[in-house]
Amino acid sequence: MVEDSPGIDDERLVEAAVPMVELTRITRRYGSVAPVEALRSVDLEVRTGEWVAIVGASGSGKSTLLNIVGCLDRQTSGTYRLAGVDVSTLNDRQRAGMRSHYLAFIFQSFHLMAHRSVLENVTLAEVYGRRPRTGRQGRAHAALSAVGLEGRTDFLPTRLSGGERQRVAIARALISGPKLLLCDEPTGNLDSATTQGILELLGGLHDKGLTIIMITHDITVADRAERRLRIADGKIAGDG
Amino acid sequence: MTTPAPSRRGPAEAGRSGMWARDLLTEAFAGLFGRPLRMALTVLGTVIGLAALVATLGLSRTAGNQIIGRFDELNATEITVLANPDPNGDPGPTIPWDAPQRLSRLNGVVAAGTLSEIDVGDDLVSASPMRDPRRRTDFKLAVEAASPELFTAIRAKLHSGRLPDRGHEQRGDHVAVLGPNAAEQLGITRLDGSTAIRIGDQVLTVIGILDEVARKHTLLSAVIIPEGAARSLFALQAPQSVVVETAVGATSLLSRQIPLALRPDKPDTLKISSPQPPQQLRAGVSRDLNVLFLMLGGVSLLVGAIGIANVTLVSVMERVGEIGLRRALGATRRHIAGQFLMESVTMGVLGGVLGASIGMLVVVAVAAYQSWTPVIDPFVPLLAPVIGGVTGLLAGLYPALRAAALQPVEALRSGT
Repeated sequence: MVEDSPGIDDERLVEAAVPMVELTRITRRYGSVAPVEALRSVDLEVRTGEWVAIVGASGSGKSTLLNIVGCLDRQTSGTYRLAGVDVSTLNDRQRAGMRSHYLAFIFQSFHLMAHRSVLENVTLAEVYGRRPRTGRQGRAHAALSAVGLEGRTDFLPTRLSGGERQRVAIARALISGPKLLLCDEPTGNLDSATTQGILELLGGLHDKGLTIIMITHDITVADRAERRLRIADGKIAGDG
Repeated sequence: MTTPAPSRRGPAEAGRSGMWARDLLTEAFAGLFGRPLRMALTVLGTVIGLAALVATLGLSRTAGNQIIGRFDELNATEITVLANPDPNGDPGPTIPWDAPQRLSRLNGVVAAGTLSEIDVGDDLVSASPMRDPRRRTDFKLAVEAASPELFTAIRAKLHSGRLPDRGHEQRGDHVAVLGPNAAEQLGITRLDGSTAIRIGDQVLTVIGILDEVARKHTLLSAVIIPEGAARSLFALQAPQSVVVETAVGATSLLSRQIPLALRPDKPDTLKISSPQPPQQLRAGVSRDLNVLFLMLGGVSLLVGAIGIANVTLVSVMERVGEIGLRRALGATRRHIAGQFLMESVTMGVLGGVLGASIGMLVVVAVAAYQSWTPVIDPFVPLLAPVIGGVTGLLAGLYPALRAAALQPVEALRSGT
């Protein structure tokens, strides 16, 4: 399911095992008159293939951290390297390219397009980044099959349960072969039985070598990850 | 299925961002047709605007063509014969009194009548038998002598009374017909059998008032008397002109036959004239109508453009979450702007095609109802989708820029 991105030299990748995520003294400040520091000089290293859960209270800075790691937001100061690329120096277009080829997101509210079929929602992830159109449908079918939704390809998301919608979102995340999967409260809208199913799925992906960073309020969900970070007042308060 | 470990790379090796044109089209169409009712309502504004533009341009051309056709019809069927002064100095009459009868025998002549301007010197025309020093009762009016057939040749319509006939002519009856402007000036609004006017010291009974004429519009302000009366009262020696209405296409041949029919001995003493086609008038009428209707169509189109801009802007606000998702999946600002622009351009083009079709149907329907020939510039319906597309482009510009300016984080947060 996970594929190599174009332009990456496999030999070099294997020989130089640099971290997938490398944050150095990252600060994010909002506002200029009465500035609020959402992140305060955060240092973080996530190795390739790790599954990291970030827990913390509301407003602790975990979503801000995930947005910066996902190249959706820029830090005020500090350095961020994603897969060895210094993201801080990239322009808007290059950051979009990074999101397209390296990253995938799973959101609490699924973010599926209501008037597009399940298959179209999954292929949407291949629209950007100049991926070949040939074989796109096949790859989408394979991704849906991997999350157990092969019989739902023509359904509209409105006809699916919450768990099925999140599976569609996971299939959409997987089709482009990301290096890093970012999950923002992936089980926040699901019941406990469905939550277990989604965690099983994420565990399977981790076992296949996918790097996962997941933020959650739920300690039992965080316990499924191999590494837990606790964030409080914009700083990493615990790692283990 | 395994994920390789990354190496340190520079910005040049960052993943490519891009989008195939076919994907852009697919996404734009999906965005539009995913909400068919909204698209239909949005397109409606452009459809109405361009239908109005095409219809008004077509109707202006059709109506203009109809008006010009009327002018052409009159011009193509009119010949005026004037008496040239005899080059040998012969003062004898040039146009014979029986000119109408002679010309009516020619094939292609519909009607022919003689018309002469009467020189009444300083004599004024009055409707009152008494001179009233408190108000003006005498007027300087043109006095014309006409044969009975002239009224047919100029397509005169009568407002009240009757027209003079051959009997009035032969008896030399002192009667007159007034043009509507002359009747109004003299204060004559109705005829009771004893209505009379004075020309100098000559009293004439008014037997009719004209309503309108298709030719010789100067007669609308004139007093017209039979030639018999003109001969006895004002010593008219001979007719000065002949007005001939011909069948369509007969003017050229009749222009050569008429001099021989009237003066076989001296055909050169007659001057034949037929009015030139009023090219300037034609262009003027067409231009005036086009300017008027183009303004109307332009206003309609502006309303349509505002409609597209408004709905596209609302659509952007409603699709903030979708925009955030697309940015998260790797869309650049340019991709987002491009998609919204493509959607608004598509709506414009669609509105142009539908508007042009409806506009042309309106032109044909109106023309059919009026029994006119529908005339439409072939470029107008072809240009309508282009105009629609440009309108959509301009209307979608601001909403597209707004969509592109949205920050991904904010869009994802507010669009959940």
